[in-house]
Amino acid sequence: MIDTNTGGQGPIPPASAPDRRAARKRRLRSIAGTVLSLALTLLGLLLVTFIIGRVMPIDPVLKVVGDRATQAQYDAAYQAMGLDQPLVVQFFRYLTEVLTGDFGRSISTGQPVIEDIKRVFPATLELATLGTLIGVSIGVPLGVIAAARRGGIIDQVARVVALVGYSMPIFWLGLMGLLLFYGILGWVGGPGRQGIIYDGMVPHVTGMILVDSLIAGDWGAFRDAFSHIILPASLLGYFSLAYISRMTRSFMLEQLSAEYITTGRVKGLSERAVIWRHAFRNISIPLVTVIALSFGSLLEGSVLTEIIFSWPGLGQYITKTLLAGDMNAVLGGTVVVGTCFIGLNLLSDLLYRVLDPRSK
Amino acid sequence: MTQSLLQVRNLRVTFPSRQGEFHAVRGVSFDLGRERLGVVGESGSGKSMTGRAILGLVRPPGRVTADRLELDGESILNLPERRMRKLRGSRISMVMQDPKFSLNPVMTVGDQIMEAYRLHAGGSRDIARQKALEMLNAVQIRDPERVMKTYPHEVSGGMGQRIMIAMMLAPDPQILIADEPTSALDVSVRGEVLSIMDGLVRDRGMGLIFISHDLNLVSKFCDRVLIMYAGRIVETLAASDLHNARHPYTQGLLSSLPRLDAPVKRLPVLQREESWRDGELQIKLSGKI
Repeated sequence: MIDTNTGGQGPIPPASAPDRRAARKRRLRSIAGTVLSLALTLLGLLLVTFIIGRVMPIDPVLKVVGDRATQAQYDAAYQAMGLDQPLVVQFFRYLTEVLTGDFGRSISTGQPVIEDIKRVFPATLELATLGTLIGVSIGVPLGVIAAARRGGIIDQVARVVALVGYSMPIFWLGLMGLLLFYGILGWVGGPGRQGIIYDGMVPHVTGMILVDSLIAGDWGAFRDAFSHIILPASLLGYFSLAYISRMTRSFMLEQLSAEYITTGRVKGLSERAVIWRHAFRNISIPLVTVIALSFGSLLEGSVLTEIIFSWPGLGQYITKTLLAGDMNAVLGGTVVVGTCFIGLNLLSDLLYRVLDPRSK
Repeated sequence: MTQSLLQVRNLRVTFPSRQGEFHAVRGVSFDLGRERLGVVGESGSGKSMTGRAILGLVRPPGRVTADRLELDGESILNLPERRMRKLRGSRISMVMQDPKFSLNPVMTVGDQIMEAYRLHAGGSRDIARQKALEMLNAVQIRDPERVMKTYPHEVSGGMGQRIMIAMMLAPDPQILIADEPTSALDVSVRGEVLSIMDGLVRDRGMGLIFISHDLNLVSKFCDRVLIMYAGRIVETLAASDLHNARHPYTQGLLSSLPRLDAPVKRLPVLQREESWRDGELQIKLSGKI
């Protein structure tokens, strides 16, 4: 009744060994391409920080020799710092220095900048990681449920929570949090990373006190550090939650209107299976980027949070040194933040490849 | 005529809208036996909505009412979701228009077929795998082992639709609703997909509801045809009797099709009449083919 020979079935020829080798070659090439573009981005970042360092109306020589130095002393320092060389030469020197981890000496702390960064960066990393964990572990489920029960109570609550998160100034929320949970209720530790008893007691391994105290097996120190970090981390977590839950909700709504969701329902899948097994796998792909960006923005220094909670992190370090005109430190910090962003981008790019079969 | 698998009486689907209620389906009645029943109509005539209402897939605020909606003598009208879920897939299933969108892009073909099977039949992964391979063979896919591991974007449209058919028939349903199953496919593979579907439906003694806007296709492929207009069935005909259609809408549809054997300079334009919307329903439930 119907003619069956109307067309071929368009089969894919079975993959042979040379095909597979070619596929692997293609994949390697695309990864190489990613790495190359990252290297270029990094170079661009260094170029920008270098130029900023040169055009700032702060005289680096004067910062070193002080304003009582004689002209001869000034000239000697000027030459020693290589500032008499052409800019191109100076840039290459800067490049080699930075690549070997030499950001120069900080004027405000008197230490090599790299040492300062090794001290302050783990503090920020610890805070940002915990904040992101909180934001993701609450924000993602909240966004998914809000989308699945669109217009329901949870959706309304999530909307208000996110709105407050977007619009509330962090310093006010931080101060109120300290007042309530530290000042009145006494549930958490106060500002700083540790109580005075534990200060410097945990051997330095990663610089992240939570991790270090676990390595040392020091439960007292861990509990103390946790009671100090939980409030600022919750605060940062709340802000990333606001963003992540909104993004999750809109990704989810988009997927739930897709045809394959109807297919799942036709199969007889429960709504939960449709959402978590089918739709969630699809939203996890763009979600990776959102989470990476949100993590990056927390790493960049939640300056206000760090100041309110006397958290000796990168944001506070950059702000302090900037106000002191300590350009080596500022640029060093900037390079670290920029590199983090680039690294996170690379990471989300690679995860993309793993999660999305279409990208292969 | 075999006994009827599905009985539909006065089915209505209503959506609230700003201008009051919108009636997508307005009192549709038909019986489905172990046959191929075509449902034809233009966009918005309610043919897809009828299929979805039978599957219980009209989501709130949409509302489904009927005097009777019975599957094998058992009412399935507004069943609790949990019980409806047991029926979906295992007793009534549906193949949708475009396999590009109706297959999950990030799950392998094999996993999706096995999921459909295991959901109702249970059993180990190995059994499900065997069944999936068997189904892929049944829809004439070469090298099913390899296709099991592919993702939907790696297969062609025709192949995707055959995978869809394999998946939806894996739990052995009694009724298949095919909602424009070939509209998104290349003309050259349409016939092939249809004949595969036809063969499977016939071998298993299933009932098929074939929703389409393609009158020619339906008349060649189905036993009986329902013509829908504005949410109602305006005419029911044996497919072979299509040229004897009496309703002016059906006649209009037929005469607007170009014919190779009788070329005309200008195709007539279908003139719709308001009276068709609410005119007396001409339903012939005899089902005699």
